[in-house]
Amino acid sequence: METIADEQCEDEGYLMNRERIVGESVPRKEGRDKVTGRSKYVDDMVLPNMLFAATVRSQIPHGRIRKISFGADVAWDEFVVVSAKDIPGRNCIALIGDDQPCLAGEFVNHPEEPILLVAHPDRHVLQKAVHGVSIEYDRLPAIFTIEESEGRSEVVWGGDNIFKTYLIEKGNVEAGWQNADYIVEGEYSTGAQEQLYIENNGMIASFDEAQGITVWGSLQCPYYVHKALMALCNLPADKVRVVQMETGGAFGGKEDYPSMIAGHAALLAIKAGRPVKIIYDRLEDMAATTKRHPSRTRHRTAVSREGKILGGEIEFTIDGGAYATLSSVVLSRGAIHAGGPYYWPSVRIRAKAVATNAPPHGAFRGFGAPQSLFAMERHMDRIAQTIGLSPVEIRRRNFLQPGQTTTTEQVVREPIDLGKLLDRALEISDYESKKRAFANQNQTGGSKKGMGIAAFLHGAGFTGSGERYLSSVVGVEGCADGAVRVLVSSTEFGQGTNTVLSQIAAEALHLPYENVSMAPPDTLEVPNSGPTVASRTAMVVGKLVQSAALGIAQTLISSNLLDDGYSADEFREACRQYVAMHGQFRCWSRYDPPSGIFWDDEKYRGEAYAAFAWAVYIAEVTVDLATYSVSVDDFVALQEVGKVLHPVLARGQIIGGVAQGIGFSLYEKVVWQNGRMQNGQMTNYIMPTSSDLPPIRVFFEELGNVYGAYGAKGIGELPMDGPAPAILNAVEDALGVPFNSIPLLPEDIMDGLATSPENNATIFTSGGR
Amino acid sequence: MNDSCERAAKAEISFTVNGEAKSIRAYPMERLLDVLRLEFGLTGAKEGCGEGECGSCSILMDGTLVNSCLVPVLHAAGTSIATIEGLAVEDQLHALQEAFLQCGGAQCGICTPGMILAASHLLQTKAEPTTEEIREGLSGNLCRCTGYSQILEAVMEASRRRAVA
Repeated sequence: METIADEQCEDEGYLMNRERIVGESVPRKEGRDKVTGRSKYVDDMVLPNMLFAATVRSQIPHGRIRKISFGADVAWDEFVVVSAKDIPGRNCIALIGDDQPCLAGEFVNHPEEPILLVAHPDRHVLQKAVHGVSIEYDRLPAIFTIEESEGRSEVVWGGDNIFKTYLIEKGNVEAGWQNADYIVEGEYSTGAQEQLYIENNGMIASFDEAQGITVWGSLQCPYYVHKALMALCNLPADKVRVVQMETGGAFGGKEDYPSMIAGHAALLAIKAGRPVKIIYDRLEDMAATTKRHPSRTRHRTAVSREGKILGGEIEFTIDGGAYATLSSVVLSRGAIHAGGPYYWPSVRIRAKAVATNAPPHGAFRGFGAPQSLFAMERHMDRIAQTIGLSPVEIRRRNFLQPGQTTTTEQVVREPIDLGKLLDRALEISDYESKKRAFANQNQTGGSKKGMGIAAFLHGAGFTGSGERYLSSVVGVEGCADGAVRVLVSSTEFGQGTNTVLSQIAAEALHLPYENVSMAPPDTLEVPNSGPTVASRTAMVVGKLVQSAALGIAQTLISSNLLDDGYSADEFREACRQYVAMHGQFRCWSRYDPPSGIFWDDEKYRGEAYAAFAWAVYIAEVTVDLATYSVSVDDFVALQEVGKVLHPVLARGQIIGGVAQGIGFSLYEKVVWQNGRMQNGQMTNYIMPTSSDLPPIRVFFEELGNVYGAYGAKGIGELPMDGPAPAILNAVEDALGVPFNSIPLLPEDIMDGLATSPENNATIFTSGGR
Repeated sequence: MNDSCERAAKAEISFTVNGEAKSIRAYPMERLLDVLRLEFGLTGAKEGCGEGECGSCSILMDGTLVNSCLVPVLHAAGTSIATIEGLAVEDQLHALQEAFLQCGGAQCGICTPGMILAASHLLQTKAEPTTEEIREGLSGNLCRCTGYSQILEAVMEASRRRAVA
């Protein structure tokens, strides 16, 4: 029997004199298996009679396939070979625009585009087969940068190389220019970044006529893969099953591309009639799968003599690569965050995602916001310099206040005090006295030190109407043995999904944490609780878990099997009895948009997010004048994230995100040549090691959040936004030379110091009011 | 393994794994990582990069920390190998495993077996390391999730527990 829980269940009555589980650092649910090496990742799984497979990929960025030939020195009769012609359904990776083929047919649009698949019982012979295929192309001109795409010397997507544009308009921008004492311009850019999860992508597929296709893999979003396989294999929903294995890191990098690999494994399994395993090696994973979108942001800002922003224009442009994939959504988040945590009386934000002949860029922690916030926070320091204010003061004078509106005219309803947040971060980092001391020390010596600030916000959950469209469902089950299971497709890949959702269910039911377990992340078992992305799991999915769990308790109480104030043993017994009488006992909860929330998809105006997390980060750096290397000596990360559900996990999320942000700023450079990554190894794409990182000091403020489970907001992406601008601001503080492009490598600093130290943007003073 | 391995003859190779004597017929140049994972089902050692950079395949060979993706199985002949599977005794976790759980040293878990073995190697050579020594000692093991702080804290905690015990 199933009951539908009321989304707005009240829980106050249950909370009297109870020990709370939420807020405690309980043991990670799957932690024991992880520290003993027992956790099973996809490459740890072996099926009987299984084949291994590899992918033949495009070696050129753009062209028409003229001929494919198979070399004589390969025993092709031993192989299963799949091409686009073998696809039973639609040749696309169904996602948003469905424009990306699963296997290239006539044309290739980027290097590393999949063309053929080969499978064999012996994995050692695969590479020989891959190299035994020769493909002749009619080459077509290709484009590789935002500027080339805008120039349209070659149109590689649609009629104009543009995947998506947005226009956000607020107030009277023209009046801002007229009233300005200063107009400050700047251009800022960010590079591609590899997610670099330590577990490479991988998938196993198995097919039989009765059950259809089953895939097991490393992935974030089981129902994205499910949807893609239905379209590709032309199978109904009940003939596609997706199981997430333990997943060794994702960071957005396993949001969309796993659908591609699952599709490949499925096509081979259908043709072979045997299970097929595809495991990428590091080089293939780096070269072929998605990365963070490269970006360019241009600011033109009207500012008063007192340092108040009067208005401005922001142009935010991202390179989406060869297919649209997730670019429109990345663009949306980047555009909405482009104005930072500041009050803009007027603003015009033009956002654009363009096509190039690189592999499609995709999701990576922050999803557009780290790019546009890098620009905003570098630009705030430029504005401060231009008008002669400190980086502290320019921010303080422009912070959003409760009652004011964001760039999309969302009213700030919570009592956030960003000035106070800034004060606390300044105090913890000892900002003012260090800044003074460094100014003196920097007169002499072989190194220079500096302090940099970044203030920012990050919206939790899907943008705009996204959560409404997703309409996520979660279940909580009272089992025959009296234990409780949480049923969600929200996946664990290190961030703590299993633990936090179990805490929430246990809290709602007043049961020990140990009495709650997670149903396996298998589409046969769990409903579609939406993708595990966008910092939405604790806040949005958690709230639904809370509500469904309350439905279980209410059902038992209203069935007279249980009384208020029950013990864990009484609950267990009541649950057993209920199942014995009625059979399966599950409560479901579906997302119900909060009332009074307004979003206009046409005008891009309204409540962009149900909640924002707020933060001030401060970096202390040293630049070595002999090697031009930058070291981060101290890093303070202070944030307001609603309720901290699990202090150890929350701190782990922040430190891990800051570490990736430091990599984004100072180490991680994707070297491109003709649209192909040239440094796809861990030896030449450099992420921070344990010796490269400073102490990362994490502090929380907890205002709460009415829309999140027990007051939680999103937390996963936030820490990616702040490090890059804080560090680059600190480098400028140290050297007196601005750098506006990341990653910032020693050679860039050497070049920057060698050439003119003057600002590279036009700054001019208008004729006054 | 590459083509040259296929042409070479298989050899009988014996060694000890987690205290148990093992003997297999394998191509001499086969990677120890593959032998452990595929022949013995010891999948705790992971392949992250295949070129000795990430440390996810770390194991102890005669007490020395090695990247098993770089060790031809022939080199392991006659040695004593310890993998993550041998660290806990029955259900009793090693102090490092307990500390990783408590301090948040494991997130996605893929680097964890190698990281714990690297930490155990460090604690064997230095019972009470400083934070800087831990940073240095673990710098051959990459972790993309944690930013390392909670791993360093876990190693400190394990060191403290062992000092008390």
